[in-house]
Amino acid sequence: MTDELVLELQHVTSGYHTGGLLFKGEYQKVLHDVSFQVHRGEILGLVGESGTGKSTLARTILGMVKPDEGQVIHYTKRPQMIFQDPYSSLNPAYTVGWSMEEPLRIFGKYDAAERKKRVREMLRRVELPEECLAAKPGELSGGQRQRVSIAIALIQRPRFLIADEPVSALDVTIQAQILKLLRELRDELDLSYLFISHDLNVVYQLCDRVLVMKQGRIVEQGTVDEIFDHPQQEYTRQLLAAAD
Amino acid sequence: MKKRMNRSPYLTAGLILTGVMAALILLGFFWTPYDPTAISGSAKLSAPSFAHLMGTDNFGRDIFSRVLKGAGTTAVIALSTVLLGGGIGVLVGALTGYFGGIVDEVLMRLNDALNAFPSVLLALVIVSVLGSGKYNVVIALSIVFVPSFARVSRTAFAALRDANYVKSARLMGASSLRILAVQILPNTLHVLLPAFTIGFNNAVLAEASMSYLGIGVKPPDASLGYMLSESQSMLSAAPWYALCTGMTIVLLIFGVGLIGEGMNRQNKGVG
Repeated sequence: MTDELVLELQHVTSGYHTGGLLFKGEYQKVLHDVSFQVHRGEILGLVGESGTGKSTLARTILGMVKPDEGQVIHYTKRPQMIFQDPYSSLNPAYTVGWSMEEPLRIFGKYDAAERKKRVREMLRRVELPEECLAAKPGELSGGQRQRVSIAIALIQRPRFLIADEPVSALDVTIQAQILKLLRELRDELDLSYLFISHDLNVVYQLCDRVLVMKQGRIVEQGTVDEIFDHPQQEYTRQLLAAAD
Repeated sequence: MKKRMNRSPYLTAGLILTGVMAALILLGFFWTPYDPTAISGSAKLSAPSFAHLMGTDNFGRDIFSRVLKGAGTTAVIALSTVLLGGGIGVLVGALTGYFGGIVDEVLMRLNDALNAFPSVLLALVIVSVLGSGKYNVVIALSIVFVPSFARVSRTAFAALRDANYVKSARLMGASSLRILAVQILPNTLHVLLPAFTIGFNNAVLAEASMSYLGIGVKPPDASLGYMLSESQSMLSAAPWYALCTGMTIVLLIFGVGLIGEGMNRQNKGVG
Protein backbone atom coordinates (compact mmCIF):
# COMPACT_ATOMS: atom_id res chain seq x y z
CA MET A 1 0.00 0.00 0.00
CA THR A 2 1.24 3.46 -0.92
CA ASP A 3 0.06 7.02 -0.33
CA GLU A 4 -1.08 7.23 -3.93
CA LEU A 5 -4.87 7.22 -4.18
CA VAL A 6 -7.04 5.45 -6.73
CA LEU A 7 -10.38 6.59 -5.35
CA GLU A 8 -11.64 9.20 -2.95
CA LEU A 9 -15.15 9.83 -1.67
CA GLN A 10 -15.85 13.17 0.01
CA HIS A 11 -19.02 13.50 2.06
CA VAL A 12 -21.14 11.52 -0.39
CA THR A 13 -24.84 11.56 0.33
CA SER A 14 -27.22 9.74 -1.93
CA GLY A 15 -30.85 8.71 -1.93
CA TYR A 16 -33.97 8.36 -3.98
CA HIS A 17 -37.51 9.61 -4.15
CA THR A 18 -40.32 7.18 -3.68
CA GLY A 19 -43.26 7.69 -5.96
CA GLY A 20 -43.74 7.97 -9.69
CA LEU A 21 -42.91 10.22 -12.55
CA LEU A 22 -45.32 13.04 -11.78
CA PHE A 23 -45.50 13.10 -8.03
CA LYS A 24 -42.34 12.94 -6.03
CA GLY A 25 -42.82 10.96 -2.88
CA GLU A 26 -40.68 10.97 0.20
CA TYR A 27 -36.93 11.30 -0.01
CA GLN A 28 -35.15 8.19 1.23
CA LYS A 29 -31.56 8.74 2.17
CA VAL A 30 -29.42 5.67 1.53
CA LEU A 31 -25.91 7.02 2.04
CA HIS A 32 -25.11 9.53 4.77
CA ASP A 33 -21.95 11.61 4.48
CA VAL A 34 -19.69 8.80 3.31
CA SER A 35 -16.00 9.64 3.05
CA PHE A 36 -13.07 7.30 2.51
CA GLN A 37 -10.05 6.70 0.32
CA VAL A 38 -8.74 3.70 -1.55
CA HIS A 39 -4.96 3.57 -1.85
CA ARG A 40 -3.03 2.08 -4.71
CA GLY A 41 -2.49 -1.64 -4.28
CA GLU A 42 -4.91 -1.92 -1.41
CA ILE A 43 -7.82 -4.29 -0.91
CA LEU A 44 -10.40 -2.37 1.02
CA GLY A 45 -13.22 -4.41 2.51
CA LEU A 46 -16.72 -3.02 2.93
CA VAL A 47 -18.85 -4.92 5.42
CA GLY A 48 -22.30 -4.45 6.87
CA GLU A 49 -25.65 -6.14 7.01
CA SER A 50 -27.72 -6.45 3.87
CA GLY A 51 -29.84 -3.41 3.11
CA THR A 52 -27.33 -1.03 4.59
CA GLY A 53 -26.40 0.63 1.31
CA LYS A 54 -23.31 -1.31 0.20
CA SER A 55 -24.57 -1.89 -3.32
CA THR A 56 -25.84 1.67 -3.62
CA LEU A 57 -22.38 2.81 -2.62
CA ALA A 58 -20.85 0.66 -5.38
CA ARG A 59 -23.29 2.04 -7.93
CA THR A 60 -22.61 5.59 -6.79
CA ILE A 61 -18.87 5.08 -7.16
CA LEU A 62 -19.36 3.79 -10.69
CA GLY A 63 -21.63 6.66 -11.64
CA MET A 64 -24.77 4.57 -12.08
CA VAL A 65 -26.32 6.68 -9.31
CA LYS A 66 -25.54 10.37 -8.99
CA PRO A 67 -24.64 11.52 -5.47
CA ASP A 68 -26.94 14.23 -4.14
CA GLU A 69 -24.11 15.81 -2.20
CA GLY A 70 -20.37 15.37 -2.01
CA GLN A 71 -18.15 13.97 -4.70
CA VAL A 72 -16.58 10.82 -6.00
CA ILE A 73 -13.08 11.32 -7.36
CA HIS A 74 -11.52 8.64 -9.53
CA TYR A 75 -7.77 8.77 -9.99
CA THR A 76 -7.79 5.90 -12.49
CA LYS A 77 -9.63 5.31 -15.74
CA ARG A 78 -12.40 2.84 -16.48
CA PRO A 79 -13.04 1.26 -13.08
CA GLN A 80 -14.74 -2.13 -13.40
CA MET A 81 -17.01 -4.30 -11.36
CA ILE A 82 -17.40 -7.99 -10.62
CA PHE A 83 -20.89 -9.05 -9.65
CA GLN A 84 -22.18 -11.52 -7.13
CA ASP A 85 -24.18 -13.71 -9.45
CA PRO A 86 -21.85 -15.42 -11.91
CA TYR A 87 -24.92 -16.65 -13.80
CA SER A 88 -26.18 -13.28 -15.00
CA SER A 89 -22.83 -11.57 -15.44
CA LEU A 90 -22.06 -13.35 -18.72
CA ASN A 91 -24.17 -12.89 -21.82
CA PRO A 92 -25.70 -16.32 -22.55
CA ALA A 93 -25.89 -15.57 -26.30
CA TYR A 94 -22.13 -15.50 -26.82
CA THR A 95 -19.05 -17.63 -26.33
CA VAL A 96 -16.54 -16.79 -23.62
CA GLY A 97 -14.05 -15.75 -26.31
CA TRP A 98 -16.49 -13.28 -27.82
CA SER A 99 -17.44 -11.82 -24.44
CA MET A 100 -13.79 -11.40 -23.45
CA GLU A 101 -12.96 -9.70 -26.73
CA GLU A 102 -15.94 -7.31 -26.67
CA PRO A 103 -14.41 -4.81 -24.18
CA LEU A 104 -11.35 -4.58 -26.44
CA ARG A 105 -13.54 -4.02 -29.50
CA ILE A 106 -15.30 -1.23 -27.61
CA PHE A 107 -11.94 0.18 -26.59
CA GLY A 108 -11.11 0.23 -30.28
CA LYS A 109 -7.32 0.51 -30.09
CA TYR A 110 -6.26 -3.00 -31.11
CA ASP A 111 -6.55 -5.03 -34.30
CA ALA A 112 -8.08 -8.51 -34.31
CA ALA A 113 -4.76 -10.34 -33.85
CA GLU A 114 -3.76 -8.18 -30.89
CA ARG A 115 -7.20 -8.60 -29.31
CA LYS A 116 -7.01 -12.39 -29.62
CA LYS A 117 -3.53 -12.37 -28.08
CA ARG A 118 -4.68 -10.29 -25.12
CA VAL A 119 -7.73 -12.51 -24.62
CA ARG A 120 -5.55 -15.65 -24.48
CA GLU A 121 -3.12 -13.98 -22.11
CA MET A 122 -5.90 -12.93 -19.76
CA LEU A 123 -7.41 -16.41 -19.91
CA ARG A 124 -4.07 -17.82 -18.73
CA ARG A 125 -3.93 -15.29 -15.91
CA VAL A 126 -7.29 -16.42 -14.55
CA GLU A 127 -6.08 -20.02 -14.94
CA LEU A 128 -8.65 -21.27 -17.42
CA PRO A 129 -7.86 -23.68 -20.27
CA GLU A 130 -7.99 -22.40 -23.84
CA GLU A 131 -11.00 -24.65 -24.64
CA CYS A 132 -13.12 -22.27 -22.57
CA LEU A 133 -12.93 -19.66 -25.32
CA ALA A 134 -15.34 -21.62 -27.51
CA ALA A 135 -17.72 -22.44 -24.64
CA LYS A 136 -21.01 -20.72 -23.92
CA PRO A 137 -21.54 -19.60 -20.29
CA GLY A 138 -24.15 -22.35 -19.83
CA GLU A 139 -21.42 -24.96 -20.24
CA LEU A 140 -19.25 -23.60 -17.40
CA SER A 141 -19.35 -24.13 -13.65
CA GLY A 142 -19.99 -21.27 -11.24
CA GLY A 143 -16.31 -20.95 -10.39
CA GLN A 144 -15.29 -20.95 -14.05
CA ARG A 145 -17.88 -18.31 -14.81
CA GLN A 146 -16.58 -16.10 -12.04
CA ARG A 147 -13.05 -16.49 -13.44
CA VAL A 148 -14.35 -15.44 -16.85
CA SER A 149 -16.13 -12.45 -15.27
CA ILE A 150 -12.87 -11.44 -13.63
CA ALA A 151 -11.03 -11.82 -16.95
CA ILE A 152 -13.61 -9.65 -18.72
CA ALA A 153 -13.43 -7.01 -16.00
CA LEU A 154 -9.63 -6.90 -16.24
CA ILE A 155 -9.15 -7.03 -19.99
CA GLN A 156 -9.34 -3.27 -20.47
CA ARG A 157 -6.56 -3.09 -17.86
CA PRO A 158 -8.36 -1.08 -15.19
CA ARG A 159 -6.44 -0.18 -12.02
CA PHE A 160 -9.42 -0.24 -9.71
CA LEU A 161 -12.06 -2.90 -9.35
CA ILE A 162 -15.21 -3.14 -7.28
CA ALA A 163 -16.10 -6.69 -6.31
CA ASP A 164 -19.68 -6.96 -5.00
CA GLU A 165 -19.95 -10.24 -3.06
CA PRO A 166 -17.93 -12.02 -5.76
CA VAL A 167 -17.64 -15.33 -3.93
CA SER A 168 -20.83 -15.56 -1.90
CA ALA A 169 -22.60 -17.65 -4.54
CA LEU A 170 -19.77 -20.21 -4.66
CA ASP A 171 -18.78 -23.33 -2.70
CA VAL A 172 -16.24 -22.84 0.06
CA THR A 173 -13.40 -24.57 -1.83
CA ILE A 174 -14.11 -22.57 -4.98
CA GLN A 175 -14.32 -19.42 -2.81
CA ALA A 176 -10.79 -19.99 -1.56
CA GLN A 177 -9.48 -20.45 -5.11
CA ILE A 178 -11.14 -17.26 -6.36
CA LEU A 179 -9.85 -15.28 -3.37
CA LYS A 180 -6.34 -16.57 -4.03
CA LEU A 181 -6.70 -15.59 -7.68
CA LEU A 182 -7.90 -12.07 -6.77
CA ARG A 183 -4.89 -11.63 -4.47
CA GLU A 184 -2.45 -12.83 -7.13
CA LEU A 185 -3.99 -10.59 -9.78
CA ARG A 186 -3.75 -7.63 -7.42
CA ASP A 187 0.00 -8.21 -7.10
CA GLU A 188 0.67 -9.01 -10.77
CA LEU A 189 -1.47 -6.29 -12.34
CA ASP A 190 -1.04 -3.58 -9.69
CA LEU A 191 -4.76 -3.45 -8.87
CA SER A 192 -6.77 -2.01 -6.02
CA TYR A 193 -10.12 -3.43 -4.93
CA LEU A 194 -13.15 -2.33 -3.05
CA PHE A 195 -14.33 -5.70 -1.81
CA ILE A 196 -17.95 -5.75 -0.68
CA SER A 197 -19.00 -8.67 1.47
CA HIS A 198 -21.23 -9.65 4.32
CA ASP A 199 -18.91 -12.59 5.06
CA LEU A 200 -16.37 -11.42 7.62
CA ASN A 201 -14.24 -14.55 7.28
CA VAL A 202 -13.70 -13.82 3.60
CA VAL A 203 -12.89 -10.19 4.39
CA TYR A 204 -10.40 -11.27 7.01
CA GLN A 205 -8.65 -13.56 4.53
CA LEU A 206 -8.40 -11.07 1.70
CA CYS A 207 -8.51 -7.45 2.79
CA ASP A 208 -5.93 -4.97 4.02
CA ARG A 209 -8.33 -2.44 5.49
CA VAL A 210 -12.01 -2.59 6.35
CA LEU A 211 -14.91 -0.15 6.33
CA VAL A 212 -17.87 -1.02 8.53
CA MET A 213 -21.14 0.35 7.27
CA LYS A 214 -24.40 0.67 9.15
CA GLN A 215 -27.58 2.24 7.80
CA GLY A 216 -25.74 4.19 5.14
CA ARG A 217 -22.96 5.50 7.38
CA ILE A 218 -19.35 4.40 7.75
CA VAL A 219 -19.27 3.72 11.47
CA GLU A 220 -15.75 2.42 11.73
CA GLN A 221 -12.69 1.95 9.57
CA GLY A 222 -9.24 0.56 10.14
CA THR A 223 -6.80 -2.17 9.21
CA VAL A 224 -8.04 -5.73 9.32
CA ASP A 225 -6.17 -6.34 12.57
CA GLU A 226 -7.57 -3.22 14.20
CA ILE A 227 -11.14 -4.03 13.24
CA PHE A 228 -11.00 -7.73 14.05
CA ASP A 229 -8.90 -7.54 17.20
CA HIS A 230 -9.95 -4.21 18.69
CA PRO A 231 -13.35 -3.18 17.38
CA GLN A 232 -14.30 0.23 18.74
CA GLN A 233 -17.99 0.21 17.94
CA GLU A 234 -20.70 -1.92 19.46
CA TYR A 235 -22.08 -2.60 15.95
CA THR A 236 -18.75 -3.96 14.76
CA ARG A 237 -18.56 -6.23 17.81
CA GLN A 238 -22.04 -7.54 17.03
CA LEU A 239 -21.06 -8.27 13.43
CA LEU A 240 -17.95 -10.10 14.57
CA ALA A 241 -19.86 -12.06 17.15
CA ALA A 242 -22.42 -13.08 14.55
CA ALA A 243 -19.67 -14.32 12.23
CA ASP A 244 -18.05 -16.70 14.71
CA MET B 1 -21.07 -31.21 -22.10
CA LYS B 2 -24.05 -29.30 -23.41
CA LYS B 3 -27.50 -30.75 -23.41
CA ARG B 4 -28.85 -30.23 -26.88
CA MET B 5 -32.59 -29.98 -26.93
CA ASN B 6 -34.36 -32.02 -29.55
CA ARG B 7 -36.13 -29.97 -32.14
CA SER B 8 -39.83 -29.71 -31.44
CA PRO B 9 -41.93 -31.76 -33.90
CA TYR B 10 -44.12 -28.67 -34.30
CA LEU B 11 -41.12 -26.75 -35.54
CA THR B 12 -40.08 -29.52 -37.92
CA ALA B 13 -43.58 -29.83 -39.37
CA GLY B 14 -43.90 -26.06 -39.66
CA LEU B 15 -40.55 -25.71 -41.40
CA ILE B 16 -41.42 -28.45 -43.91
CA LEU B 17 -44.88 -27.03 -44.69
CA THR B 18 -43.61 -23.46 -44.91
CA GLY B 19 -40.69 -24.64 -47.03
CA VAL B 20 -43.06 -26.27 -49.52
CA MET B 21 -45.28 -23.19 -49.60
CA ALA B 22 -42.30 -20.89 -50.02
CA ALA B 23 -40.97 -23.06 -52.86
CA LEU B 24 -44.34 -22.91 -54.65
CA ILE B 25 -44.58 -19.16 -54.17
CA LEU B 26 -41.04 -18.68 -55.48
CA LEU B 27 -41.91 -20.90 -58.44
CA GLY B 28 -44.97 -18.71 -59.07
CA PHE B 29 -42.79 -15.64 -59.49
CA PHE B 30 -40.97 -17.22 -62.46
CA TRP B 31 -43.30 -19.80 -63.91
CA THR B 32 -46.97 -20.71 -63.82
CA PRO B 33 -48.57 -23.52 -65.85
CA TYR B 34 -50.79 -20.98 -67.64
CA ASP B 35 -50.83 -17.22 -67.90
CA PRO B 36 -52.88 -16.35 -64.77
CA THR B 37 -54.77 -13.65 -66.67
CA ALA B 38 -55.29 -15.52 -69.95
CA ILE B 39 -58.99 -15.90 -70.75
CA SER B 40 -60.11 -19.13 -72.45
CA GLY B 41 -63.64 -19.53 -73.76
CA SER B 42 -63.35 -23.29 -74.17
CA ALA B 43 -62.38 -24.04 -70.56
CA LYS B 44 -64.83 -21.97 -68.52
CA LEU B 45 -65.71 -23.21 -65.04
CA SER B 46 -64.05 -26.57 -65.56
CA ALA B 47 -63.57 -28.72 -62.47
CA PRO B 48 -60.07 -29.67 -61.26
CA SER B 49 -58.32 -32.05 -63.69
CA PHE B 50 -54.77 -32.85 -64.73
CA ALA B 51 -54.90 -30.02 -67.25
CA HIS B 52 -56.11 -27.55 -64.58
CA LEU B 53 -55.08 -28.76 -61.13
CA MET B 54 -57.48 -26.42 -59.36
CA GLY B 55 -59.94 -26.01 -62.20
CA THR B 56 -60.80 -22.74 -63.96
CA ASP B 57 -63.02 -19.76 -63.19
CA ASN B 58 -65.83 -18.18 -65.19
CA PHE B 59 -63.35 -16.59 -67.60
CA GLY B 60 -61.54 -19.90 -68.10
CA ARG B 61 -58.48 -18.68 -66.20
CA ASP B 62 -56.37 -21.41 -64.60
CA ILE B 63 -56.95 -21.14 -60.86
CA PHE B 64 -53.73 -22.94 -59.88
CA SER B 65 -51.73 -20.33 -61.78
CA ARG B 66 -53.74 -17.57 -60.16
CA VAL B 67 -53.26 -19.10 -56.71
CA LEU B 68 -49.49 -19.28 -57.24
CA LYS B 69 -49.36 -15.60 -58.23
CA GLY B 70 -51.90 -14.56 -55.61
CA ALA B 71 -50.10 -16.37 -52.80
CA GLY B 72 -46.94 -14.55 -53.91
CA THR B 73 -48.67 -11.16 -53.62
CA THR B 74 -50.13 -12.08 -50.24
CA ALA B 75 -46.83 -13.39 -48.92
CA VAL B 76 -44.92 -10.33 -50.10
CA ILE B 77 -47.46 -8.00 -48.49
CA ALA B 78 -47.44 -9.98 -45.23
CA LEU B 79 -43.65 -10.20 -45.14
CA SER B 80 -43.17 -6.49 -45.90
CA THR B 81 -45.74 -5.61 -43.25
CA VAL B 82 -44.02 -7.72 -40.63
CA LEU B 83 -40.57 -6.41 -41.51
CA LEU B 84 -41.65 -2.76 -41.62
CA GLY B 85 -44.20 -2.76 -38.79
CA GLY B 86 -42.23 -5.26 -36.74
CA GLY B 87 -38.98 -3.39 -37.33
CA ILE B 88 -40.43 -0.09 -36.16
CA GLY B 89 -42.23 -1.81 -33.29
CA VAL B 90 -39.08 -3.53 -32.06
CA LEU B 91 -37.13 -0.27 -32.32
CA VAL B 92 -39.76 1.61 -30.30
CA GLY B 93 -40.00 -1.22 -27.77
CA ALA B 94 -36.23 -1.46 -27.43
CA LEU B 95 -35.84 2.27 -26.78
CA THR B 96 -38.73 2.51 -24.32
CA GLY B 97 -37.82 -0.71 -22.53
CA TYR B 98 -34.15 0.17 -22.22
CA PHE B 99 -34.31 3.87 -21.39
CA GLY B 100 -37.61 3.94 -19.48
CA GLY B 101 -38.64 7.25 -17.95
CA ILE B 102 -40.35 9.97 -19.94
CA VAL B 103 -39.50 8.48 -23.35
CA ASP B 104 -41.21 5.29 -22.25
CA GLU B 105 -44.30 7.08 -20.96
CA VAL B 106 -44.82 9.18 -24.08
CA LEU B 107 -44.18 6.45 -26.65
CA MET B 108 -46.20 3.81 -24.85
CA ARG B 109 -49.21 6.11 -24.39
CA LEU B 110 -49.10 6.85 -28.13
CA ASN B 111 -48.91 3.11 -28.59
CA ASP B 112 -51.98 2.60 -26.39
CA ALA B 113 -53.88 5.21 -28.40
CA LEU B 114 -53.03 3.41 -31.63
CA ASN B 115 -53.93 0.10 -30.04
CA ALA B 116 -57.35 1.37 -28.96
CA PHE B 117 -58.66 1.27 -32.54
CA PRO B 118 -59.80 -2.08 -33.92
CA SER B 119 -56.99 -2.96 -36.29
CA VAL B 120 -58.94 -3.51 -39.51
CA LEU B 121 -60.88 -0.30 -38.88
CA LEU B 122 -57.66 1.62 -38.43
CA ALA B 123 -56.22 0.08 -41.59
CA LEU B 124 -59.44 1.01 -43.39
CA VAL B 125 -59.08 4.63 -42.32
CA ILE B 126 -55.45 4.75 -43.42
CA VAL B 127 -56.24 3.16 -46.79
CA SER B 128 -59.13 5.55 -47.35
CA VAL B 129 -56.68 8.40 -46.82
CA LEU B 130 -53.86 6.90 -48.91
CA GLY B 131 -55.97 5.04 -51.49
CA SER B 132 -55.95 1.30 -52.08
CA GLY B 133 -53.28 -0.76 -53.84
CA LYS B 134 -50.69 -3.14 -52.45
CA TYR B 135 -48.12 -0.57 -51.29
CA ASN B 136 -50.72 1.36 -49.33
CA VAL B 137 -51.99 -1.86 -47.80
CA VAL B 138 -48.45 -2.56 -46.61
CA ILE B 139 -48.15 0.93 -45.11
CA ALA B 140 -51.56 0.73 -43.44
CA LEU B 141 -50.97 -2.72 -41.97
CA SER B 142 -47.47 -1.81 -40.81
CA ILE B 143 -48.82 1.12 -38.81
CA VAL B 144 -51.49 -1.15 -37.35
CA PHE B 145 -48.87 -3.74 -36.39
CA VAL B 146 -46.45 -1.42 -34.59
CA PRO B 147 -48.15 -1.47 -31.14
CA SER B 148 -48.13 -5.22 -30.57
CA PHE B 149 -44.46 -5.53 -31.54
CA ALA B 150 -43.56 -2.50 -29.44
CA ARG B 151 -45.24 -4.00 -26.40
CA VAL B 152 -43.64 -7.42 -26.72
CA SER B 153 -40.15 -6.08 -27.30
CA ARG B 154 -40.47 -3.43 -24.61
CA THR B 155 -41.07 -6.14 -22.02
CA ALA B 156 -38.17 -8.22 -23.33
CA PHE B 157 -35.72 -5.32 -23.39
CA ALA B 158 -36.81 -3.95 -20.01
CA ALA B 159 -36.23 -7.37 -18.44
CA LEU B 160 -32.58 -7.35 -19.52
CA ARG B 161 -31.83 -3.66 -18.97
CA ASP B 162 -30.28 -4.34 -15.57
CA ALA B 163 -28.62 -7.66 -16.36
CA ASN B 164 -25.08 -7.71 -15.02
CA TYR B 165 -23.56 -8.18 -18.46
CA VAL B 166 -25.39 -5.06 -19.63
CA LYS B 167 -24.11 -3.11 -16.62
CA SER B 168 -20.57 -4.19 -17.27
CA ALA B 169 -20.82 -3.36 -20.98
CA ARG B 170 -21.87 0.13 -19.89
CA LEU B 171 -18.83 0.34 -17.61
CA MET B 172 -16.63 -0.72 -20.53
CA GLY B 173 -17.85 2.33 -22.40
CA ALA B 174 -20.18 0.59 -24.88
CA SER B 175 -22.68 2.93 -26.54
CA SER B 176 -26.39 2.45 -25.86
CA LEU B 177 -26.93 1.43 -29.48
CA ARG B 178 -24.25 -1.23 -29.20
CA ILE B 179 -25.72 -2.52 -25.96
CA LEU B 180 -29.19 -2.71 -27.48
CA ALA B 181 -28.13 -4.38 -30.71
CA VAL B 182 -25.26 -6.57 -29.57
CA GLN B 183 -25.87 -7.42 -25.91
CA ILE B 184 -29.65 -7.42 -25.52
CA LEU B 185 -31.21 -8.12 -28.94
CA PRO B 186 -29.84 -11.69 -29.33
CA ASN B 187 -31.32 -12.60 -25.95
CA THR B 188 -34.77 -11.36 -26.94
CA LEU B 189 -34.99 -13.35 -30.18
CA HIS B 190 -36.68 -16.29 -28.49
CA VAL B 191 -39.56 -13.92 -27.73
CA LEU B 192 -39.42 -11.80 -30.87
CA LEU B 193 -39.25 -14.57 -33.48
CA PRO B 194 -42.51 -16.24 -32.41
CA ALA B 195 -44.07 -12.76 -32.32
CA PHE B 196 -42.95 -12.28 -35.92
CA THR B 197 -44.60 -15.54 -36.99
CA ILE B 198 -47.86 -14.51 -35.32
CA GLY B 199 -47.53 -11.10 -36.96
CA PHE B 200 -47.03 -12.69 -40.36
CA ASN B 201 -50.21 -14.75 -39.97
CA ASN B 202 -52.20 -11.76 -38.76
CA ALA B 203 -50.94 -9.82 -41.76
CA VAL B 204 -52.03 -12.59 -44.16
CA LEU B 205 -55.49 -12.58 -42.61
CA ALA B 206 -55.71 -8.78 -42.45
CA GLU B 207 -54.69 -8.48 -46.10
CA ALA B 208 -57.27 -11.12 -47.02
CA SER B 209 -60.02 -9.29 -45.12
CA MET B 210 -59.09 -5.95 -46.64
CA SER B 211 -58.93 -7.30 -50.16
CA TYR B 212 -62.15 -9.19 -49.55
CA LEU B 213 -63.78 -5.93 -48.51
CA GLY B 214 -62.45 -4.31 -51.66
CA ILE B 215 -59.99 -1.94 -49.97
CA GLY B 216 -56.91 -4.05 -50.58
CA VAL B 217 -55.00 -4.91 -53.70
CA LYS B 218 -56.48 -3.92 -57.05
CA PRO B 219 -56.34 -5.68 -60.44
CA PRO B 220 -54.09 -6.47 -62.23
CA ASP B 221 -52.55 -7.59 -58.91
CA ALA B 222 -54.36 -10.52 -57.39
CA SER B 223 -53.94 -11.63 -53.80
CA LEU B 224 -55.53 -14.60 -52.10
CA GLY B 225 -58.00 -12.31 -50.33
CA TYR B 226 -58.96 -10.63 -53.58
CA MET B 227 -59.45 -14.02 -55.23
CA LEU B 228 -61.58 -15.18 -52.31
CA SER B 229 -63.94 -12.24 -52.81
CA GLU B 230 -63.95 -12.97 -56.56
CA SER B 231 -64.80 -16.61 -55.96
CA GLN B 232 -67.82 -15.71 -53.87
CA SER B 233 -69.94 -14.87 -56.92
CA MET B 234 -69.37 -18.30 -58.41
CA LEU B 235 -69.58 -20.35 -55.26
CA SER B 236 -72.14 -22.77 -56.67
CA ALA B 237 -70.80 -22.83 -60.25
CA ALA B 238 -67.16 -23.26 -59.28
CA PRO B 239 -66.88 -24.19 -55.57
CA TRP B 240 -63.29 -25.35 -56.14
CA TYR B 241 -62.22 -21.73 -56.64
CA ALA B 242 -63.16 -20.66 -53.09
CA LEU B 243 -61.99 -23.99 -51.63
CA CYS B 244 -58.55 -23.97 -53.25
CA THR B 245 -57.93 -20.30 -52.45
CA GLY B 246 -59.12 -20.72 -48.88
CA MET B 247 -57.06 -23.86 -48.37
CA THR B 248 -53.96 -22.06 -49.62
CA ILE B 249 -54.47 -19.32 -47.02
CA VAL B 250 -54.98 -21.97 -44.34
CA LEU B 251 -51.85 -23.91 -45.32
CA LEU B 252 -49.77 -20.73 -45.47
CA ILE B 253 -50.68 -19.58 -41.97
CA PHE B 254 -50.79 -23.09 -40.55
CA GLY B 255 -47.15 -23.69 -41.52
CA VAL B 256 -45.93 -20.39 -40.11
CA GLY B 257 -48.11 -20.85 -37.03
CA LEU B 258 -46.51 -24.25 -36.40
CA ILE B 259 -43.07 -22.65 -36.56
CA GLY B 260 -44.09 -20.09 -33.95
CA GLU B 261 -45.67 -22.72 -31.73
CA GLY B 262 -42.61 -24.94 -32.09
CA MET B 263 -40.30 -22.11 -31.02
CA ASN B 264 -42.52 -21.32 -28.05
CA ARG B 265 -42.54 -24.94 -26.98
CA GLN B 266 -38.77 -25.18 -27.25
CA ASN B 267 -38.40 -22.07 -25.08
CA LYS B 268 -40.57 -23.65 -22.44
CA GLY B 269 -38.79 -26.96 -22.88
CA VAL B 270 -42.04 -28.79 -23.62
CA GLY B 271 -40.81 -30.26 -26.92
